[in-house]
Amino acid sequence: MRAKEIADALHAVPLTLWEEEHQNHEYKNVFATDLMSDALAMIQDEEESTVLLTGLCNTQTLRTAEMLDVRFIVFVRGKFLLDDAIEMAKNMGIVCLATDYTMYDACGRLYLKGLTGIYG
Amino acid sequence: MDSILHKEYTVVQDDYVNAGKVSSDIKSTLSEIGISPKVLRKIAVASYESEINLIIHAYGGKVFLDVGEDGAVYLVFKDPGPGIPDLEKALTPGWSTASEKARGMGFGAGMGLPNIQRVSDDFHIESSPEGTTLSLVFRSPV
Repeated sequence: MRAKEIADALHAVPLTLWEEEHQNHEYKNVFATDLMSDALAMIQDEEESTVLLTGLCNTQTLRTAEMLDVRFIVFVRGKFLLDDAIEMAKNMGIVCLATDYTMYDACGRLYLKGLTGIYG
Repeated sequence: MDSILHKEYTVVQDDYVNAGKVSSDIKSTLSEIGISPKVLRKIAVASYESEINLIIHAYGGKVFLDVGEDGAVYLVFKDPGPGIPDLEKALTPGWSTASEKARGMGFGAGMGLPNIQRVSDDFHIESSPEGTTLSLVFRSPV
């Protein structure tokens, strides 16, 4: 599913660069967690086609994504990154969106659209 | 061991602001010498978890990166204490002694050491109240 369709499904707003190339990037699966150690332990393959959904809004989320080569994060529950974190995300080439939906609702909406978990 | 690349870093206890900078540098350094992305991710994950451990559990510490002539990557994380009281429990998935502050940063899931062990080719840890030394090896053709 294209990033743009994911953003539309979640009524999400971009926090970082959101050019056509970012919007057209295809994603296959989703991992949802507020625990970065779990993300580091569970996400093992196809990182660049994985969307990270999280309510953890700090630089460690970005660092975790950087280590895993995850390039797309959606922050749930209406959370926003602070300016310095947004700058950091831009420098890392990570696209960040924010949605008002809760984790449960965001996961449900993306699942209904055909995005599975990381194990299919 | 003859090393074709050697770097050393210092990690400061409770320095959450800079947490991950060392691992980021290690990842980009190894990327420049041609380590494959898949192996690089494993090294980055192990390095980041270990770096976080120095920040949230230890009194800070040192990180040593070496690359052998055969392309093997050696990482050593050395701290001056306080040591891991029960290594067996620390290696059990889900076991955690992380502080509320560390948990607030997204850590303390009890997956750190088990995950480091999973992604590394060689894993050796020694711990006493005087300090912990974690030695990791990643074998990969350059």
